[in-house]
Amino acid sequence: MATKLKPVDVVTIGVGLTGTILAKELADTGLKVVGIERGRWRDTDPDFAMPGVHDELRYVRDKELMQDLSKETITFRNAMSETALPMRQLGSFLPGEGVGGAAVHWGGLTWRFLPWDFETKSKTLARYGAKHVAEDCTLQDWGVTYEELEPHFNRFEYLYGVSGKAGNLNGKIIPGGNPFEGARSKEYPNPPLKTAYSSALFAKAAQSMGYKPFPVPTAANSRAYKNEYGATIQACVYCGYCQFFACEMGAKASPQTAVLPALMKSPNFELRTLCNVVKINLDSERKRAVSVTYVDSRGREFEQPAELVLLTSYVLNNARLMLLSGIGRPYDPVANTGTVGRNYAYQTPSSVTLFFEDRNFNSFMGAGGLGLAIDEFNGDNFDHSGLGFIGGGFMQAGSNGARPIEVRPVPQGTPRWGSEWKKAVGKYFNRNFSITIQGACQSYRANYLDLDPTYRDAYGLPLLRMTFDRHENETKMSAWLTNKAAEIAKAIGPAKMNVSPRTGKYTIVPYQSTHNTGGAVMGTDPQTSAVNKYLQSWDVPNVFVVGASAFPQNGGYNPTGTVGALTFQALEAIKTKYSKRPGALV
Amino acid sequence: MKESGRRNFLKSAAALGAAIPAGAAAQSKPAPHADHDKQHAQHMRAATAAAQQRPYMFLSQTEVAFLDAAVSHLIPKDELGPGAKEAGVTSFIDQQLFGGYGTMAKKYTQGPWPEGTPQQGYQSPLTPAAIYRAGIRDTNNYCRKTYGKPFDALSRAQQDEVLKGLDGGKIELEQVRAQFFFNMLLANTVEGFFADPVYGGNRDKAGWKLVGFPGVAAVYTTFIEKHGVPYRAQPVSIADITQKVAQVDEHGHAIHVMLDDKAGV
Repeated sequence: MATKLKPVDVVTIGVGLTGTILAKELADTGLKVVGIERGRWRDTDPDFAMPGVHDELRYVRDKELMQDLSKETITFRNAMSETALPMRQLGSFLPGEGVGGAAVHWGGLTWRFLPWDFETKSKTLARYGAKHVAEDCTLQDWGVTYEELEPHFNRFEYLYGVSGKAGNLNGKIIPGGNPFEGARSKEYPNPPLKTAYSSALFAKAAQSMGYKPFPVPTAANSRAYKNEYGATIQACVYCGYCQFFACEMGAKASPQTAVLPALMKSPNFELRTLCNVVKINLDSERKRAVSVTYVDSRGREFEQPAELVLLTSYVLNNARLMLLSGIGRPYDPVANTGTVGRNYAYQTPSSVTLFFEDRNFNSFMGAGGLGLAIDEFNGDNFDHSGLGFIGGGFMQAGSNGARPIEVRPVPQGTPRWGSEWKKAVGKYFNRNFSITIQGACQSYRANYLDLDPTYRDAYGLPLLRMTFDRHENETKMSAWLTNKAAEIAKAIGPAKMNVSPRTGKYTIVPYQSTHNTGGAVMGTDPQTSAVNKYLQSWDVPNVFVVGASAFPQNGGYNPTGTVGALTFQALEAIKTKYSKRPGALV
Repeated sequence: MKESGRRNFLKSAAALGAAIPAGAAAQSKPAPHADHDKQHAQHMRAATAAAQQRPYMFLSQTEVAFLDAAVSHLIPKDELGPGAKEAGVTSFIDQQLFGGYGTMAKKYTQGPWPEGTPQQGYQSPLTPAAIYRAGIRDTNNYCRKTYGKPFDALSRAQQDEVLKGLDGGKIELEQVRAQFFFNMLLANTVEGFFADPVYGGNRDKAGWKLVGFPGVAAVYTTFIEKHGVPYRAQPVSIADITQKVAQVDEHGHAIHVMLDDKAGV
């Protein structure tokens, strides 16, 4: 039986990017906060220390920093007609495990979604009409606008010390920045990173074609930076071990570098690691969360009562815990009713790889987000009339640190092994770079999350079941975007190039991106959203579900910057509204 | 368990024996005092060689012979340098199969295990260790039936034919899907060729030298802006740093020794 603990004000389920910020800010208001984390304590020293952290096998193949699937995974199928089977090993996406979550091994790219992204449905219908959108597309507005989120984007960028260049400062277009971004009230806190050779070639070609390249905003900090919590994030040294790795320098902003130093000093915060929350307990009317049940590393079960429950784990587990706890109505794709698990979406990445005979790019150097990008083909920045799709993506070229187990592209047609393969790998490892495209992904009726009927986790609870495939809108978009990238590539003039649009069925096997979205989406209508514009559950108002689980569909950017803004959106609502009058805010 | 334990002991003894040069074995006899220093040095070299040639923990001698032959096709020794066999990839695979990778640590192993679609990925009830055991046995059986000999005793051309047959799905195996086994072997071979030498492969950093990868990174803050200038350094491994063979800066980054002073040209 569970041991009942002394009540606290706030529990965060998960102590990653969103949980640490909410815990810090609420603890500062005097509330007693307990952070419950299923993984272990991890910090720059000693966990990410040199030289052991520069070990590709351990961090990339064996996924040192990522979720332990032996305890819990998901099941996956492309369509409802198939039987979902467990994701036995990580591939397509890489959720984190342990303090800091996926924000320890992330790539650092910190974008603001476009103003259009938050009003995708209404703006698309207004410009192109209903016929332009696929019938089974469950496109919807977020219930919050870019303008409302702007101060929250600022807060997050200044907390994480993001390096970048403003392109639209209070409505004024600034040369060198992204002219398509929503108006920002402040410049980035840190200047852009240095420019890699590949970025310079890409930018020159893009400029010659009339595009406006700008530095990718990234939380790999360009200089040592002290944030509002007094934490210092160090300067990046371009070592190339960034995404999938933890930063030995403390130069990639993360909960460890930006928030935890202050949070761990707070007398109002208590961290419990190696504790796995298995349920949020509701009152008899299922209108109020009374506690969470968790199992610790000694197998002991505890019940932690709390006034406010913040579901701050990864996207997938946010949806799963709601389903396991009976919060909200599970989505039924046949009847098209219910909200929890609805509008699961992903990303549609593609690339063009350029191979050169005589140019060396020192591909092993770099940083997460080190690159120059263009945004001409993102969101609704271009006319989609007659194209047969909506959405787009940013494209960029840069140097993010190639390591030979994971990144060793060879020209198409090269055998997979043998002498010819060996020659090609030897020749091109440092003589290639890619233009990569972060294609958006819309939501559809048949793409959703629910509980698996067969497979269970280590605690005997049903696994989350993912039903997902790419739709015609995404494959058409990917073909079109990748072709645009190939035009730029041709202008650069490589000896050979691989043009790789995203085609065919979605597969769980190769890595694509850890940009899972949806499942507990935000909106204005409780019939089509699980949480309101403050990330508050419509059904159980003392539960807030924070993360990319709230995205109604995914945009053409990495999601973290927008996750950061939504975190502050929820925080402000809790601090200024909910604390005065606990209950439904909408 | 008992069977494989005994085999491991025999393998380990064999591996050690094979690694000690004939000269070193002779040194167990009494030697003239004047030769003591020389003898000691030889002894140290032999001990170092034995330490580098790690005993096999999982693979049988039959399996070692199979893998030595197979990986030498996947990444052959040629004018560019050592291949997978010379780089110790068989030893790497042995270590991997004996450890967490081979036993599916951190992976979901509960059934049922229907084969599923290609999009659903790995669905075998077998661990990688068991897949190697079954795949090597099945492939050798196929070779015996087809050529009258196990894989390692075939000619290079025949071996190539068999590997292409596994890769292309022309050969069917009994206990595991041929392509599934082949893809695992190929992936692990590449990993062993490029992983830090601490895992037993990439011996003498052969893989890193082939592609121009410096291993443990240095600070590249200045060099990142030297566009088009190749950075050619002697690769540094994790052990180079922990054993203090390589120099490090105050944050523990390698201080690379550059391969030529024409790096700026």
